[in-house]
Amino acid sequence: MTSVLYDLPGPKARARNRLLGVLGILLLAGGIGFVGYRFWATGQFDADRWEWILYVNVQVGLGNALLNTLTAFGLGAALALTFGAVFAAARLSDHGVFRGPAMIVVEFFRAAPLVVLIFIFYYGLGMSQLWALVLGLTLYNGAVLAEVFRAGVLSLPKGQSEAAYAIGMRKTQVMNVVLLPQALRAMMPAIISQLVVLLKDTALGFLITYEELLDYARLIGGLGQFNRPQIPTALVVAAIYIILCLLLTWLARILDNRQRRTKKVAVKPSDEKKALVGSPGAGTPGEPGRNIDVGD
Amino acid sequence: MNALLDEIQNFWLVFADNSDAYVRGFGNTLRLFAVAVIGSVALGALLAMLRVSPVPVFRAMGTLYVTVVRNTPLTLVFVFFVFAYPYLELNSFQPFTAAVIALSLYTAAFVCEVFRSGINTVPVGQAEASRALGLTFTQTLGEVILPQAVRSVFPPLVSVLIALLKNTTIAAGFSVAEAGALRSMLSERGYDVFYGLVWVLVIFVLLVIPLTLLQRSLEKRWSVAR
Repeated sequence: MTSVLYDLPGPKARARNRLLGVLGILLLAGGIGFVGYRFWATGQFDADRWEWILYVNVQVGLGNALLNTLTAFGLGAALALTFGAVFAAARLSDHGVFRGPAMIVVEFFRAAPLVVLIFIFYYGLGMSQLWALVLGLTLYNGAVLAEVFRAGVLSLPKGQSEAAYAIGMRKTQVMNVVLLPQALRAMMPAIISQLVVLLKDTALGFLITYEELLDYARLIGGLGQFNRPQIPTALVVAAIYIILCLLLTWLARILDNRQRRTKKVAVKPSDEKKALVGSPGAGTPGEPGRNIDVGD
Repeated sequence: MNALLDEIQNFWLVFADNSDAYVRGFGNTLRLFAVAVIGSVALGALLAMLRVSPVPVFRAMGTLYVTVVRNTPLTLVFVFFVFAYPYLELNSFQPFTAAVIALSLYTAAFVCEVFRSGINTVPVGQAEASRALGLTFTQTLGEVILPQAVRSVFPPLVSVLIALLKNTTIAAGFSVAEAGALRSMLSERGYDVFYGLVWVLVIFVLLVIPLTLLQRSLEKRWSVAR
């Protein structure tokens, strides 16, 4: 990795960096050590605080809670993607009748705090916990996704749609056959990161006592029978959330790589080696193909 | 027709009769927002420094923090500081302080990414060119790189701060008296909760709109021609 901020270190700077590195490790170890000491001193590592995880009932409960979280996520994701597609289409429409109201709706729900939306559906309109949560997630993330879709379509070169119109395609055809396939490829990272946000935001269901992961962790954490394992349950649930989100990001990377591959169908075998030099840089979208011209 | 007018009057009265609570609630929201902005920008800048530092250990520490925090729900961070933290038997703090800490720790990861990508948008050639002209390190950083980085950092930073402003409402679920907590007070006083929450929504949208406009104008005025 090259950074604009510093030169390649010389001998003196290397020595200094090494010293700083050691100090950094010591500082980090000190921090972790202190937290570990507090955990130990207050008995967070005691067996009775972790025993809960061995109970079959608790495991089943945890599984159900996970299922509830994923249900809210699945419904929310499907509805938000639909909402986003519809409103992006409306905002890109040639008819002012659709554009104006769609803009107001999208801007409004982008500015609205999700918690307040969920409270309105649950306390104000008396919906069930699941639907209040799902509807809130849909409106907020759908509005953001609408903007993502719109930006993706607008980012394509104008010549693409002009050429499509020139060969006699109709508006719907231009959108579905020419613009969307290209735009989707470019938008994939943004869509997935919005889905990660959606997945994390299902934890807001906790505030309206929807029985999801966090809610279940809080329930188990408060049980005197297990010596109130608030910290262990919080740690376990945090790990589950992080793994779920990383799985989603990982899925996105696989999809992204696959799409990159199809793009190179026409590459001649002799060029393939060169192109491969560039592909490990998939994680740095800022410098596309920077290494491709490396001579071999 | 009269029924509709009655409803409109009801809607207005919820706000008019409880304006004291609204002023107090949104006052707390803005206080929470202001303190958390300072906390998250300071911590975010520190993390960004770690992430672009020449020392690999620092970079790894920054990356670890960002990966963990960005994939953790904010509600969980709140749960940790409000319900789990007291079990560590360290010095305790008020719900407001807990909210500031949770919001700052969470938002800092996003602020860090904004800063880092802002620094990375400046092409390496700029630094090389200014070095070749004989500018010192301080001049290169202060007159060539940072001005360009700041311009591309501000618009996304404002969107992160908008998200922070909206996230303050989560504090309402953890006994911090701010705008989101108006619900319980309204139902105690016997007013229509639906109307009360719609008012909260409207005021939040009104608070966010100027920030969005600021962001748009910055984006237009400050976009670096490259």
